[in-house]
Amino acid sequence: MTDVHRPSAPPARPDATPGPTRDTRQAAPDVTLRAHGVSLGYDGRRVIDGLDLELPAGRVTAIVGPNACGKSTLLRGLARLHPLDGGRVTLGGEDVGGLSRKELAKRVGVLPQSSIAPDGVRVAELVGRGRYPHQGWFGRHSSTDDGAVLRALEATAVADLADRPVSELSGGQRQRVWIAMVLAQETDVVLLDEPTTYLDLAHQVDLLDLLTELNRTRGTTVVMVLHELNLAARYADHLVVMSAGQVVAEGRPGDVLTAASVHAAFGLRAQVVPDPVSGTPLVVPLGRTHDGASR
Amino acid sequence: MTADLAARPADPDTPVDPADPVVALRRRRRRRLTLVVASLVVLLVAFATLALTLGEASLAPGRALAALFGVGSDADVFVVHRLRLPRIETAVLAGASFGLAGAMFQTTLRNPLASPDILGIASGASLGAVTAMLVLGLTGLAVSGAAFVGALLVALAIWVFAWRQGLHSIRFVLVGVGFAYLCSSLLAWLLASVEIRAAQSALVWTVGSVADVRGADLVTFAAAALVLGAGIAAVSRWQGPLALGDDNARALGVPVDAARVTSLLLAVGLVGVATSFVGPLAFVALVAPAIARRLLSDGGAALAVSVLTGAVLVLAADVVGQHLLFGLEAPTGIVTGLIGAPYLLWLLATDRRKRLA
Repeated sequence: MTDVHRPSAPPARPDATPGPTRDTRQAAPDVTLRAHGVSLGYDGRRVIDGLDLELPAGRVTAIVGPNACGKSTLLRGLARLHPLDGGRVTLGGEDVGGLSRKELAKRVGVLPQSSIAPDGVRVAELVGRGRYPHQGWFGRHSSTDDGAVLRALEATAVADLADRPVSELSGGQRQRVWIAMVLAQETDVVLLDEPTTYLDLAHQVDLLDLLTELNRTRGTTVVMVLHELNLAARYADHLVVMSAGQVVAEGRPGDVLTAASVHAAFGLRAQVVPDPVSGTPLVVPLGRTHDGASR
Repeated sequence: MTADLAARPADPDTPVDPADPVVALRRRRRRRLTLVVASLVVLLVAFATLALTLGEASLAPGRALAALFGVGSDADVFVVHRLRLPRIETAVLAGASFGLAGAMFQTTLRNPLASPDILGIASGASLGAVTAMLVLGLTGLAVSGAAFVGALLVALAIWVFAWRQGLHSIRFVLVGVGFAYLCSSLLAWLLASVEIRAAQSALVWTVGSVADVRGADLVTFAAAALVLGAGIAAVSRWQGPLALGDDNARALGVPVDAARVTSLLLAVGLVGVATSFVGPLAFVALVAPAIARRLLSDGGAALAVSVLTGAVLVLAADVVGQHLLFGLEAPTGIVTGLIGAPYLLWLLATDRRKRLA
């Protein structure tokens, strides 16, 4: 976790050398997601107006910002879960709106904020539903599907739960299972909308470690909306700070997360100090009762 | 964990270890499905045999079976082929249709209570049929046609009122319940305002019975049910992703609004067809899929098994209604209601599981 601030050239990854692991990046050289003048809204009310953004391929990007700043809406727009009011989204230069939903689902996996586990479904079965975009109209599970499901279960360390009903799992385990379902899709890009909500701190760290490992070992591009600023700063290669539907700052967390940008985005006075563990910025909020002067 | 990732052979052609938990689970599920289907088929055959043998002219199973293949006295063959077999076929077709349509409604709207009888689509069909008989003075297939139109009109009305930037299941269910009340009130008013004998003849359309469908009507019913059933089979693959929530379904590549509209349209058609021949048959569309999902309990839509549970339920209800109710003969729809209502209560009392992940 200490190499979060990497130089801008793509770093060598453990599996970059020829080996038994399939290197999916060879098949999809450019998976950079870009928003070009994207506008999004609900019932005619604009939340985001003409936003431009580039999400670097092969990196972990975190989008942060205050409640209702439009960060989840942006993610939903990028994932085509929400219709664009204007502009377009491209994946490696190709217009996402021109792809069929199923074609997009083979390239971009999404973990939305709310998911429903049907009654009685077991872990391996739920993860198996991630294979849907790869199956034909009358498709049955093939050994390719089985392999992908097993790899996803192992990557998220839930293989030993394969036979358990999802309803019996703890919150942390359940979130791993949902991520496994997205991984079973075998996409180069994974978008996650507040994946750590409802998890305690230990499970939040565990989940972000897991996503980082996926990025490092598989080269998966990870884009996530996060609430927790300090964790976002620690785990993201690229940090996007949003406020009122606009990008206030973006770049390496060390450059982006400053007392000024935190105040601009959140209206919060804070001290930003180096994280004693990772060296990344650590936001220490000031408040009305603790303003740093009364000590 | 990282070691696991690297060690796993990722070549898609590599045969998967049979001890693999994913494969093992799927094999076990398939055995369970086979067992459930086989048991239901045995039950179906058992009730069909009962239905063939019981009656005013009681036939031993051997004689009934012989008559089924045209062997035996003319009387036996007449009783089996003209009286009992059409009734069995109607019960199986109706049960299968209601079971399948109910399963489609419940999974598409992600609500175990969202069945066409609760949503007023069956009452719409009844209202259509009774209006045709009592107000327009129609008879025969025209009444069935009116029932079908009634079901479609109510479904359309629910749609118009529930659509708000997409079809949301809770809105759909609440609007549907409203229309169910509206239709039954209109129906009660219609029956109360006509002569008692006319109301008596219209009663079958408010309760449901499999007694009077034969010949060309039965063939029409079977053909329509088969076509709609095939349509449902063709779109059934959407149900898996849809059950995970709209966002997940979209993310997996399902065109959610189109999928929901197509699925519900086919299911409404099936309910309309079935109701237009046998009347509403209370609770079958609600209960048959619930039983099917319990039997499999794999989180799937259980469409195929709902076909069987529906068929068994209606056939059993008809046998009970004809022969086992202490000498009274009750229309099928009353017996399905008598079985279905307590089951619904039991389901509501025991189903404490959380549905949200």
